[in-house]
Amino acid sequence: MSDAAPTVVRIERVTKTFPQGNVTALQDIDLELAPKEFASLIGPSGCGKSTLLRVIGDLIEPTSGTVTVNGKPARQARNDGDYGIVFQDAVLFDWRTVAKNIALPLEMLGWGRAKRKARVEAMLELVELGSFAEHHPWQLSGGMQQRVAIARALAFEPALLLMDEPFGALDEMTRERLNLELLSIWAQTGSTVVFVTHSISEAVFLSSRVVVMSPRPGRIAGFVDVDLPYPRSVETREEPRFFELVTEVRELLRKRGEHLLPEEAAALE
Amino acid sequence: MSGIVISERGPTVGGRAVRQAGEWLPALVVAAVVIGTWEGAIVAFHIQQFLLPKPSDIASTFWTQRHELWPAGWYTFKEALGGFAIGSLAGVAAATLVGRFKGLGTALMPIFIAANAVPIIAFAPIFGAWFNPISPHSKMAVAAVLCFLPVMVNTLRGLQSASPRQLELMRSYAASELEIWRRVRVPTALPFLFTALKVASVLAMIGAIVGEYFGGALNALGVIINSEANVFHFTTAWAGILVACLLGIALYSSVVLVERVAIRWAPQARDS
Repeated sequence: MSDAAPTVVRIERVTKTFPQGNVTALQDIDLELAPKEFASLIGPSGCGKSTLLRVIGDLIEPTSGTVTVNGKPARQARNDGDYGIVFQDAVLFDWRTVAKNIALPLEMLGWGRAKRKARVEAMLELVELGSFAEHHPWQLSGGMQQRVAIARALAFEPALLLMDEPFGALDEMTRERLNLELLSIWAQTGSTVVFVTHSISEAVFLSSRVVVMSPRPGRIAGFVDVDLPYPRSVETREEPRFFELVTEVRELLRKRGEHLLPEEAAALE
Repeated sequence: MSGIVISERGPTVGGRAVRQAGEWLPALVVAAVVIGTWEGAIVAFHIQQFLLPKPSDIASTFWTQRHELWPAGWYTFKEALGGFAIGSLAGVAAATLVGRFKGLGTALMPIFIAANAVPIIAFAPIFGAWFNPISPHSKMAVAAVLCFLPVMVNTLRGLQSASPRQLELMRSYAASELEIWRRVRVPTALPFLFTALKVASVLAMIGAIVGEYFGGALNALGVIINSEANVFHFTTAWAGILVACLLGIALYSSVVLVERVAIRWAPQARDS
């Protein structure tokens, strides 16, 4: 908690209850994320991981507790454009071309035309979609759409990238390829990433730290520091240490998941 | 991926013309067969002229009386167009207000939906009394009221059909309500609006002509169809109906053309 070590995200005693059904989605969450950290939030459905992501992004207001992003209150950080967000669906606008979709946040930040154009070209290069600039979203595959969404989220160089199960709707092969691409993009931009997933192997493969959550009420069950070196590759998934870490995360989930419904427990396997 | 790029280049102009002709051919054949059967059946079964005139007679009347029918059609078309414009604009304005102020929607929507079930045409004689029955205004009013509800209801649905994720994304950019409106809600509502405008274009012609059945200027198409039928000039009445059809199709097609330009981006615009 020393001021010397800068944090990108600081969450202190955050609780969120939804009045409908009197659900406690999050209870007493404390979490700090350092610059360039890649943190995954993992847990069964109902553990509040997506809620926590939205609390960081000031899209949901916590019932109590404080959220600080880039040293500012979350509201201020959102107004300043300190984070980009990617959802499970690409959420692209059909009436805009790929290039115009990526330019949207830049337009909203009031960037000039020439500056926008240069940045969009650079982002298209980054996600390797240079030849698709003038296509419309519905002309692209699901994986390509998600790459456009990532380019859009990173276009204004936010310090923080929030990702809510971004590859959850994709097939396994596309997902593993995009995992590698995301790591390479992350290495080039140096953003801090908060990545919500319910895939244990995806969380371990991507993250420098896995935050394991448990449901009802949503709480942090524990942390797993992933000491696999970057850059990671296809071989990383075959290393013994990778399997040890996967087991460690699974054990944490299971220990805290004794009260889970059978299908929730099965979903974690 | 290269397949997408190739299809993007599109077919040649000549190739497209040939393909479009090919798409129209079945419909043209069906139309020719129907008209031929109609003509043949009247001759074969000696069907009385007043029951069903021959298509060839309708066509010749359509030509010989063109100097009465087309000006009458144009007169009625202007009523329909005026009603279409007034009703649609009011519908869009009402949808905008109801979409913006939730309380207004709670108060007004049940009434609008109940009003939707009212047979507006039944009010045509009343509108005649409110306005001068000879003036075009009473017909414009019928057409406008007919157009209002479908445009209002569809536009409202369109304005409300931005996905929660799209709205979250815009909020992550700290977008104001006005910006969300302009950049998300309006473009999302456009396909809904044009669907409603196509329906309204048809309703406007119906409203104007049926309005004229209850009285109107002597040179109005509905009045001519009605009075000619009353004096057993059925061929003229049929020719008038043909004029009404052609004008109705013209109005509908112009809406479709504007739609093609306004929402070029839509996937369905390329398929149709």
